[in-house]
Amino acid sequence: MTVPLLSLQGLTKAYPGVVANDTVSFDIGEGEVHALLGENGAGKSTLVKMIYGLVKPDSGQMLLRGAPYAPAEPRAARGDGIAMVFQHFSLFDALNVAENIALGMEDPPAMKDLASRIRDVSESYGLPLDPFRTVGNLSAGERQRVEIIRCLLQDPKLLIMDEPTSVLTPQEVDILFETLQKLRSEGTSILYISHKLEEIRTLCDHATILRLGKNVGECTPADTSARQMAELMVGSTLHTPERICVEFGAVALDISGLSVPAPSAFGTALKNVHMTVRKGEILGIGGVAGNGQDELLNVLSGETTTQPDAVKLNGTPIGHLGPEERRRLGVLAAPEERLGHAAVPDMSLTENAMLTGAVRQGLATRGFLNWGAAREFAETIIKEFDVRTPGPQNTARSLSGGNLQKFVIGREVLQDPDVLVVNQPTWGVDAAAAADIRQSLLDLAAKGAAIICISQDLDELMEISDNFAALNEGRLSAPRAAAGLTVDEIGLMLGGAHGMEVAHD
Amino acid sequence: MDLSAINPVLLIASLMVAATPILLAAIGELVVEKSGVLNLGVEGMMIIGAVSGFAIAVESGSPWLGFVASAVAGAVFSLLFVLLTQVAKANQVASGLALTLTGLGLSALLGQSYVGIRPPQMGKLDIPLLSDLPVLGPILFGHDPILYLGIALTAGVWALLKFTRAGLVLRAVGENHDAAHALGYKVIRIRIMAIMFGGACAGLGGAYISLIRVPQWTEGMTAGVGWIALALVVFASWKPWRALLGAYLFGGVTVVQLNLQAAGVAIPVEYLAMSPYVITIIVLVILSADKSSAPAALGRNFHASR
Repeated sequence: MTVPLLSLQGLTKAYPGVVANDTVSFDIGEGEVHALLGENGAGKSTLVKMIYGLVKPDSGQMLLRGAPYAPAEPRAARGDGIAMVFQHFSLFDALNVAENIALGMEDPPAMKDLASRIRDVSESYGLPLDPFRTVGNLSAGERQRVEIIRCLLQDPKLLIMDEPTSVLTPQEVDILFETLQKLRSEGTSILYISHKLEEIRTLCDHATILRLGKNVGECTPADTSARQMAELMVGSTLHTPERICVEFGAVALDISGLSVPAPSAFGTALKNVHMTVRKGEILGIGGVAGNGQDELLNVLSGETTTQPDAVKLNGTPIGHLGPEERRRLGVLAAPEERLGHAAVPDMSLTENAMLTGAVRQGLATRGFLNWGAAREFAETIIKEFDVRTPGPQNTARSLSGGNLQKFVIGREVLQDPDVLVVNQPTWGVDAAAAADIRQSLLDLAAKGAAIICISQDLDELMEISDNFAALNEGRLSAPRAAAGLTVDEIGLMLGGAHGMEVAHD
Repeated sequence: MDLSAINPVLLIASLMVAATPILLAAIGELVVEKSGVLNLGVEGMMIIGAVSGFAIAVESGSPWLGFVASAVAGAVFSLLFVLLTQVAKANQVASGLALTLTGLGLSALLGQSYVGIRPPQMGKLDIPLLSDLPVLGPILFGHDPILYLGIALTAGVWALLKFTRAGLVLRAVGENHDAAHALGYKVIRIRIMAIMFGGACAGLGGAYISLIRVPQWTEGMTAGVGWIALALVVFASWKPWRALLGAYLFGGVTVVQLNLQAAGVAIPVEYLAMSPYVITIIVLVILSADKSSAPAALGRNFHASR
C-alpha cells in the first residue's frame, strides 16, 4: 500500500472534565473522500481543529505523506496544503467576497488579479460568484461557495468540510457534490463531516465513526446501510419516529394575506402569506435559510405584531397580541437560535423555564415568582426529555447544543400548547436525540395540537409533516400533502437552484 | 456689535488649530474601534499626554521632545486599558471610564509644579513665497508641523484601511473576531497594537492643547475634548475624512462663537458656548444616516478558548 496522505496516530486531547479525543487513529488516502461520522460531542470538531492547527493534541502524532506534521497555527496548516470549510461560516459580513477570500490566503495577489482568479476558479468548478458583492447580502449557498473558493485558490491537498450541506437546497447539494467529485478526480483528498448518512453513502469512499471521542469502527459507506452507520454512531439500536394516524380537527391557526416589511437591511419581507393549520396537523415549512423563516416565526410567536385580522386563533384575531398574551391563549414558539433567543445563555435552566412557563404553568402570582414550582417544571423537562445536565441550577450555556435543544423544545411541548411553532427543532442535534424530539412533536400532534415546523432539513419535514409548504424570498407556496412528494418537486417548490443554473453547463 | 472686527482668514486659520486636538484623538479612537474595541478613556489619555508633553517640553526646552513624550505617555497609559480588557477580559465601558478618571487625577498630581509656566514655542512652518501668499498663505502654509501631522494621519489611516492588507486584517478583527481567529489572525495582539496607537494619538492631541493651542498647563484643561472625539468617531460612521470634517466643523463653530462673543453679539453667552456641540452633533447625525457601518464586534471581548 502506498503512503497515505495524512495519517493520524493515537491523537488524544482532553479538556477539563471531558476527553474530547481518546487515541484516535486513521488514515486518509490520496484522492480519497473520507467521511468522519459521530453524534454531537463525539469529538469530530476537536479532531479537525487539531488537523487544522487550531488546537494542539495532548499526545499522539500526525504524519503528512510520511513526514511528521504538527501545525502550530492554521497558517502553517494552510502552508502544508490543508484547507477547511467551516460549519459556522467564518465570513465577515461587512466585507466583500474578494476581501474575505484575501483574508484566508497567505500571499494574496493585488485585488484586481485576485478578482479575476476568483472568477476563473469559480467558473471552472461551477460555482459562479461575483468578487465585489458584500458577503452580508449573499444566500447561505453563496456564502459557502465563498469559503470553498477561498480554499480552492490555495490548491489544497486535503480539504476539510464540516457539515457542508446543512444549509443547501437539494439542487445546491448536487452541484456541491459535482464539485467535490471533480476535486477528487484531480487528486485532492476530502475529509467530509456530516450527519446526513445518505449523502455519505453517495459521496464517500471510506468512513470513520467516532463515539465519545473514540474511533469505534470504519466502514465503506457504499456497502453499509444508513441505519447500520447510525447505530454505530449511537452505539445502540435506533427507533424511527412513528406517526399515529389521526383525524384533523377544526382550523386552529389561520393566516391570510399577511405582509410584513423586512425588519432590517439583512432581513426578508414576508409577502402575502396564507396558511391554515388544523388541530392535529403538522405543517412543514421548508426553505433555504434567510428566506423569511425567522420573520415568519416572529409573526407567529407575537414578537412582530401585525393587523389583528392577519393571524387568527380558532377564528379570533390575535395578530396584535404580544408573546405573553399569545402564550396565555396557547400559542407557543421555540425559535431557532438557542443561545440568546430561545434561552438566556447565562441564566440557569430554572430561570429559563420560568421565562416562558410563567404564564401557562402558573409559576407567578401577582408579580411574585414561585421558584419552587419553576424548579419542579425544569426538573420535569430534564427528566421527560432526557436532557443531560447535572441539574436545573446549571446555566443554559453550559449545555451542549443538542441537550439545550431538547430542553427548549421540551419546555414548550410540556406546556400543552394548542399551537406550537418550532424553527429548526433538530438543528445540530444528533440522530438519537433528533428522533426523540420528532417523536415528541408527533405525540403532541396526536393529542390535538396544531404544529408548524419550520426546518431546512427536508428529510425531517418529510418524516413528520402532513402537509408541506416552501418559503422562498418571503413568499409561502401553497401547501401540498407531504406523502409522495419527490425531492425534485420539493426542490422546485423551494424556488429551484437559486441562480445556480449556470453550473449545469 | 462690530462684526467687521472678525477677519475671515484668521478665523479659518484658527479653526484649524482649534480642530487639531479633536482630530488627532478621533483618528486614534477610530482605529481602536475599527479593531472592535470601545475605549472610553480618550479623555484620560489626552490629559496624560497634555501633562507629560508639557513637562518634557519645559524640562528639555524642546517642544518636539514634548510631543514625542506625549505620544509615548499616551500609549503607555493605554496599556492599563489593555491589561484590564485584553488580558483580564474586563468590561470595556467600565475600564474606559476608569482610564479617564485615573488620567484626570494622575495628571493633576504630575502637573502641580508646572502651573503658570510658559512652555517653549514650536516654530510655524515658513515656506518662502508660499507662506507669504495672501489668504492662502496663512490658511494653508502658516501652521505648526503637528497640525499637518494630524491631516497626514487622517490620510494615512484612510489609505491603510482602504488599500492595505494590514487594514483589511484590522477591519476583519473588528467585524468578527471568532472568524479572524479561526483563520489564524492574532486577535488580541492586533487589538493591543490598535489600542496603543489610539493612546499615542490621544496623547498627541492632549499635548497640542497644552503646548500650542492654549499654551500652558492647568488642571483638567482638556475639558471634554476627548468625549467630543469619541462622539465624532460614531457620528463620522468610522470614516476618517468625515472625522476630519466633523473636527473642523466643531473647531470652526468654536472659533466663530468666540469671535461673536468678542464682537458683543446680542445672544446670551451660554447659547454661544453650547453652539459648537449642538451644531456638530446635528450635522453629523444627518451625515450618519447610513448606520450599518459600525464594526460588528465593537465592545465585545474575545475569548480564544471557545
